[in-house]
Amino acid sequence: MSQMITITINGKDYRVEPNQTVMQAADTLGFKIPRLCYHPKLSIEGACRVCIVEVEGQRNFVASCAFPVSDGMKIKTNTHALRRARRDIVELIIDNHPMDCHTCERDGNCELQRLAASMGIRARHFAGERKRYEEDLSSEAVIRNPEKCILCGRCVRMCSEIQQVHNLTQAHRGFQTVVMPAYDLPMAESVCTACGQCINVCPTAAFVEKNYTQELFEQLNDPERVKVVQFAPSVRAAIGEAFGLPIGQNMEGQLIAALRKLGFDYVFDTQFGADLTIMEEANEFLERLQNKGTLPMITSCSSAWMKCLEQFYPDLIDNVSTCKSPMSMQGAMIKTYFADKMGIDPTKICSAAAMCCTAKKYEAERPELMFDGMRGVDVVVTTREIAWMIKSAGIDFVNIQPEKADHPLGLSSGAGAIFGATGGVMEAAIRTAYELYTGQTLVDIEVEGVRGLKGIKEGSLTMDGQEIRVAVAHGLGNACKLLEVVRQDPQRYHFIEIMGCPGGCVGGGGQPYAAINTIPLDDKALKKRAQALYDLDRGKTIRRSHDNPDVQKLYKEFLQHPLSSVSHKYLHTHYKAKLPKGIIPKEAKKIEVTQ
Amino acid sequence: MTELAQDKMTTLREFMAEVSNKDYAESYLIAVLHKTQELFGYVPRQVMDEASEALQIPTAHIWGVATFYHYFNLEPIGRHTISVCMGTACYVKGATQVLDVLKKELGVEVGKTTEDRLFTLQEARCLGACGIAPVIMIDDKIYGELDAKKTVEIINQYRKAAAESRKV
Ligand code: SF4
Ligand code: SF4
Ligand code: SF4
Ligand code: FES
Ligand code: FES
Repeated sequence: MSQMITITINGKDYRVEPNQTVMQAADTLGFKIPRLCYHPKLSIEGACRVCIVEVEGQRNFVASCAFPVSDGMKIKTNTHALRRARRDIVELIIDNHPMDCHTCERDGNCELQRLAASMGIRARHFAGERKRYEEDLSSEAVIRNPEKCILCGRCVRMCSEIQQVHNLTQAHRGFQTVVMPAYDLPMAESVCTACGQCINVCPTAAFVEKNYTQELFEQLNDPERVKVVQFAPSVRAAIGEAFGLPIGQNMEGQLIAALRKLGFDYVFDTQFGADLTIMEEANEFLERLQNKGTLPMITSCSSAWMKCLEQFYPDLIDNVSTCKSPMSMQGAMIKTYFADKMGIDPTKICSAAAMCCTAKKYEAERPELMFDGMRGVDVVVTTREIAWMIKSAGIDFVNIQPEKADHPLGLSSGAGAIFGATGGVMEAAIRTAYELYTGQTLVDIEVEGVRGLKGIKEGSLTMDGQEIRVAVAHGLGNACKLLEVVRQDPQRYHFIEIMGCPGGCVGGGGQPYAAINTIPLDDKALKKRAQALYDLDRGKTIRRSHDNPDVQKLYKEFLQHPLSSVSHKYLHTHYKAKLPKGIIPKEAKKIEVTQ
Repeated sequence: MTELAQDKMTTLREFMAEVSNKDYAESYLIAVLHKTQELFGYVPRQVMDEASEALQIPTAHIWGVATFYHYFNLEPIGRHTISVCMGTACYVKGATQVLDVLKKELGVEVGKTTEDRLFTLQEARCLGACGIAPVIMIDDKIYGELDAKKTVEIINQYRKAAAESRKV
């Protein structure tokens, strides 16, 4: 540890660590300096100047997020002049902003609103010319509304630094500055992977998901339709936050009950689809291993990763598992196996999905995933949207009596639950692959090495004397480092899990916005959501996908066996290279994996 | 997209190949954009796509740089470039009105090219002809003491000349 230094804040002395910014030091001392463009996981932009403080000896106020502490520094955070200057800064932002809060998607969840309220802004003083732009509604998943943009640059840094997609830039300059993809391309034609992480970090409604709540309400009111819904593992681990509950509460039973009250006839669990995915994927892996197929095999359940693959890594398409995602497998089973069993015309089914993910909206549209001329999933709503629907329908989510999912696509193993956390798919696959390969029971089924929030995790296990080396990456930026290793040393791993979002699906682009006093994608919050899923796994008697009796029944009655021709028809697909081609800068691909 | 002249493209590709072998190839981006504009009169998207591959820079970054500097034209420029002086003397004598008339008459904003590719409208700083302000320059010819009527007349002269040259 380095030598502590003394700083003075508002007249009081404190001992603090050197080599940090004024804001960081203040944070540890109980001062929350207002801020806007700063995010601890992103580079410092110092653009908004909302975080200004007074430092003795400096002629002007300094941006505390970018200014380092030094010994003897005297700082003031709340003088009259500072408060006025800060308020002026926020007022200037607001005067270039539509401020149609009561009809805005972020109403009640908006950092700009909170900031303005904390500044005590009660009137508009500088109202002048305001920028006007068209909304970009081209994408199935991510809507861009530059009118609401306050140019904090968080989305640009998120997309470039954490995701390494580099889809966004601040184009033009001054009053004309607009956040947009290259060449002002519509989002649908850009390299955007639809991950939705720009939505997660945007303080306003300048990035939002394409909203399907009205369409879903309409379908729910259509007496001709059989309404079926599935929900992803991570939705239950996060939806409570949208109702003011503490982070990390598993709301599975309440969610099922609320979905029924919304009018769904059948509520299924995507964790069943996850178990099914493991059956196919583990078998596909063993087949590749035994028949010298392309290795390493890379998982394919993350929709944002699939789009990234097609645009940035077309050379690795053969490495990627042909399995559809759990949502799409489940959707296919809803419209075939389930419809057949119940004697329902599959074209009468409205197959909805509540997902932690924005990219799943894009996935549901993909022609590659269609079968018998049908889509497996007709409408995808995010955790945020389904929470809003529940509120809007007047359902008392917090106090509702928990219920259980329907058969035959509702029962799941613990392995299906942990899909939502980074490393979970790998762990679930290992539980099944090991037993299929060795014929023996894996005793220690909790694979600690692939859990947690380290960017790239490596591990190995031995199956009948054969060493299997695995790796896990979450967030597309970590993935790009790992895939660079694969390109250079294809023998290094046998099996790789990639999740497009930081933390895996628990950190998905459709999860509830950060509540007051929290920040988006906080590691502590991601860990708590993941813990809810690991606890769910522990609480189950069935913890391996192949032990799920309803999955076994599905194979017996319909699919025959994993990788059968029926499975191939409904549960597998192939991806192709896609334009525009994505470019990842050299320095981002520098390999940091330790031996 | 219009086919870009092959020889110019070859020159540019050679230049990009040369800089891409250097350390910090990204820092040559502006040089590549300059060279492009020098060769083509503007920076075509096809070139930005190729520069992205050659220098391994995402297109969004290139787009950010290209749009940041007013110097770069992002669309092909017209046969004639009209520069409207917005210097102090011209400004005081009504350059804004001249500019507004031109925008209306040509149907384009500053930095844009008319649909018939005849004119590109630009703003300029003092053109050194303050004595006859307000001033515009078309290609390298100066026109001064302008008002709305005179401005339109000048534009029409160029249009007529262009129509004539098409006939022969
Ligand atoms: S983004 Fe925030 S401040 Fe802007 S209109 Fe919406 S709620 Fe209001
Ligand atoms: S959705 Fe993801 S890839 Fe697309 S612009 Fe946003 S952060 Fe970038
Ligand atoms: S879109 Fe949102 S995150 Fe991006 S710069 Fe604008 S306000 Fe900031
Ligand atoms: S938060 Fe420090 S400048 Fe924006
Ligand atoms: S200001 Fe226009 S020519 Fe000098």
